[in-house]
Amino acid sequence: MKKSVFFGALATAAMAAGVAGASTLDEVKARGTLNCGVTTGVPGFAEPDANGVWQGFDVAVCRAVAAAVLSDPNAVEFVPTTGKTRFTALASGEIDMLARNTTWTFSRDVDLKFEFTGVNYYDGQGFMAPADLGVTSAKELDGATVCIQTGTTTELNLADFFRSNGISYEPVPIETGAEAVQQYNAGACDVYTTDASALAAQRANFEDPTAHVIMPEIISKEPLGPLVRHGDNEWADIVRWTLNALITAEELGVTSANLDELAAGSDNPEINRLLGTEGDLGGMLGLDSDWAERAIGVAGNYGEVFEKNIGESTPIGLARGLNAQWTEGGLLYSPPFR
Amino acid sequence: MTTLADQPVTASSGSFKLSMLLNDTRYRSLTFQFIALVAIIAFMAFVGGNLVRNLTEAGLNISYAFLGEPSGYDINQRPIEYDSQSSHGRAALVGLLNTLIVAFLACVTATIFGVIAGVLRLSNNWIVSKLMSFYVEIFRNVPVLIWILIIFSVMINVAPSPRDFRGDDPAASMWLFDTVAVTNRGVYLPKPVWGDGSMIVLAVFAASIIGIFAFRNYARKQLFDHGRMVPVFWPSIGLFFIPAILTQLVLGNPITLSYPSLQGFNFRGGITILGSLIALWFALAIYTGAFIAENVRAGIQAISKGQTEAAGALGLRPNRIMSLVVLPQALRVIIPPLISQYLNITKNSSLAIAVGYMDVTGTLGGITLLQTGRAIETILLLMAFYLTVSLLISFFMNIFNNRMKLQER
Repeated sequence: MKKSVFFGALATAAMAAGVAGASTLDEVKARGTLNCGVTTGVPGFAEPDANGVWQGFDVAVCRAVAAAVLSDPNAVEFVPTTGKTRFTALASGEIDMLARNTTWTFSRDVDLKFEFTGVNYYDGQGFMAPADLGVTSAKELDGATVCIQTGTTTELNLADFFRSNGISYEPVPIETGAEAVQQYNAGACDVYTTDASALAAQRANFEDPTAHVIMPEIISKEPLGPLVRHGDNEWADIVRWTLNALITAEELGVTSANLDELAAGSDNPEINRLLGTEGDLGGMLGLDSDWAERAIGVAGNYGEVFEKNIGESTPIGLARGLNAQWTEGGLLYSPPFR
Repeated sequence: MTTLADQPVTASSGSFKLSMLLNDTRYRSLTFQFIALVAIIAFMAFVGGNLVRNLTEAGLNISYAFLGEPSGYDINQRPIEYDSQSSHGRAALVGLLNTLIVAFLACVTATIFGVIAGVLRLSNNWIVSKLMSFYVEIFRNVPVLIWILIIFSVMINVAPSPRDFRGDDPAASMWLFDTVAVTNRGVYLPKPVWGDGSMIVLAVFAASIIGIFAFRNYARKQLFDHGRMVPVFWPSIGLFFIPAILTQLVLGNPITLSYPSLQGFNFRGGITILGSLIALWFALAIYTGAFIAENVRAGIQAISKGQTEAAGALGLRPNRIMSLVVLPQALRVIIPPLISQYLNITKNSSLAIAVGYMDVTGTLGGITLLQTGRAIETILLLMAFYLTVSLLISFFMNIFNNRMKLQER
């Protein structure tokens, strides 16, 4: 009797291992929620609001995917991850996708076996220091103590930057952005370095944001984007084209205001293909024809999401810069919906 | 009519039946041990096989080649030569040394805290004994991670930052005649600079240490052979300082001190003890000290009160009763649990990343793991590191324990 229980448990474990091989799309549908990895809290990008509801630029990507797949932008289980835990969480299947200010690099894409599905923010690493320190350029930081989030690409860029400029520094490795800000404000480090967008976001939360300057040097390319595991191309396609749908919607002038009107049919065939009134792009993805309409319906197109969460009207106040549409001198360029 | 079945089982030693494996006490324990062994092996094989199969499915392999590649990151506390061009293996070694440094410091300090608190907790003075029980109960009942964070955040918020030392009327000043700077990044101490002839000073110093031991032996011999009490304390102190200082003066100060001074963003030119090291060290010491205090108290209370009374009847004073009669016997009870506390300190030091101290969990198990993505390899290596260190500590402490325990003849 006891033995049969034991072997029963073994068989169950073996089956559970087998199920893990099923497609992510089926799993998400069966579960009814999307498990989306986000940061532990970066204002504007991903942070719970006063009611405990996650808000932000990265969160919007998760909600758009949930709307496209599950028809419900709120069917998302947000899993806060640190710089250290994010890749393990994704590789182990604890989360279905990661939308967490993660830089697309060669080794992460190839060696860590992840699939980057696009870029939702073109960023670069910058430095922030108190204004009264009188430093105007990162090259004057010889001997400074630098707060740095550990386990990120910024850690390697930092070492490279100081070495190539022949100056020295003392690193203070820190686990999360919140801890880094705490140490920076206490003066335990002179400079805080991370992606320039995150610097602006953290600075917006300071008591006196004007007392801190962000140096002009951007020392790296940091294309940030959502990513999924290798080996499930259908799921990667869904995440990639949901992001592209938001970007294309802005390019084509589809906004949350005119979405319903355009979804009924328009003169522009690409809008029709995007919103599912022409062709069957949704079916090719394994979804229905209204998938993109629902994704855009959550919070509008890429530009609207940007303005609402991190744009110039928000406390974070980021300009579009590189993240403008290609037609307006930026780098955002979605492949065509055809 | 008699049948074979009626005969006792023990008599039919030649005929072995399968049911005897369960029913016969001679075989039963072996049977169950065998089943347990097979079950354990099967489980391990299942887990191992599962791991290998899943790794192959994901297209990953087990390889330690990354240890030779350049690490690309910097470490703030480097006991050995290291920069961002050094290998991941060297980064792991730096981390391991940092682990050993904080573990050693914390073990020594925790023992001192623990012995003092444990002895004082038995004091007849009501306030002292209550203060010590307050210390023990507060510190051992709050998780050590919380203590590390509390001490660290108090330190970074209370101690002045280096920029407070700047200007004509600075908000903070250095201590001990401008030789020691206490900042929220760490403590900066004067660094000895070894000039010509400093080896002679060191040699004289080493000789006077040997001299102190020789003198103590002589004093003990005098006491045992002739019953004369030779003063030991002040001569020892004198021997410790005077010859070395005299040599230093005669040779014209070969050993000089380099004082820390504010240059640019930070203090430079002295020995730096990082704030993260201090916070971790102090938190581990004060937390584990509370446990050791209880061990010490238990050890002392295990010694019969008759021993104290007998020693008192012989005319020994209370502090000598403690150091000559009670503590040597109590050590036999104290040492075995003390070994566990030392192991706990070593393992708890892996919480270092909470304050940004780069121990082996921070370098090998943190940054290296993330930059290379070799999770299984680094974690296995990390386990091997901690296992080796812990086994070594147990080994040496057990030798010590065997020397201290009651010698039976």
